[in-house]
Amino acid sequence: MHSFLLGVTVFIAIVTTACLYRVAVGKTIFDRIIAAGLVGTNGFILLLLIGFLFERIDMFVDIAIAYALLNFIIMIVLAKYFERIRGKSQ
Amino acid sequence: MTVGAIIAMVFIIGGVFFLTVSAIGLLRLPDFYARTHAMGKSETLGTMLTLAGLAIYNGWELATLKVIFIIVFVLIANPTATHAVAQTALHCGLNPWTLKTKDQPQELPCECSEDESEEPEERQ
Repeated sequence: MHSFLLGVTVFIAIVTTACLYRVAVGKTIFDRIIAAGLVGTNGFILLLLIGFLFERIDMFVDIAIAYALLNFIIMIVLAKYFERIRGKSQ
Repeated sequence: MTVGAIIAMVFIIGGVFFLTVSAIGLLRLPDFYARTHAMGKSETLGTMLTLAGLAIYNGWELATLKVIFIIVFVLIANPTATHAVAQTALHCGLNPWTLKTKDQPQELPCECSEDESEEPEERQ
């Protein structure tokens, strides 16, 4: 089971690195926001898997909760921010 | 290997499949509104399946309850955030992709655009 979790961790890390292409290139600013949210979501999955690999899940799950909350808040704040910019331009 | 570990492996393999589908969709789909499907649906399902597998593997502990809390939170928060960003993009005037406009570059008409090519003209 340990080697299986290690393989899953490496695979998700490779997939997440591929998603960074959309953060760097993305045609509009919203593509970058969506891709950054996806990278953040994959990030706390990686944190939980690393917690199981190190057998310190009781510590890593708290960090993963904080990452999940911050990821949600970042996307909502960016959406509200660009909505305000639109209100000023009209 | 116990029965619980095998069930957890099945859940994690399913979750990793949907995470891979989500990444491919984010990289390959043609425009922003299509890419929200990758973030809003398959990413949520893949996250929930992977974390459910980890919770089953962990057994009954306090950490399992916290993992279940993360599952419920992702189920509520991930589509909500994606919907908020998509609504902002629609209000900013980002047009959806069609077969007629597929060769034109996608541009934002208002000041949400990150293109700063107009600034030197204003300075003159």
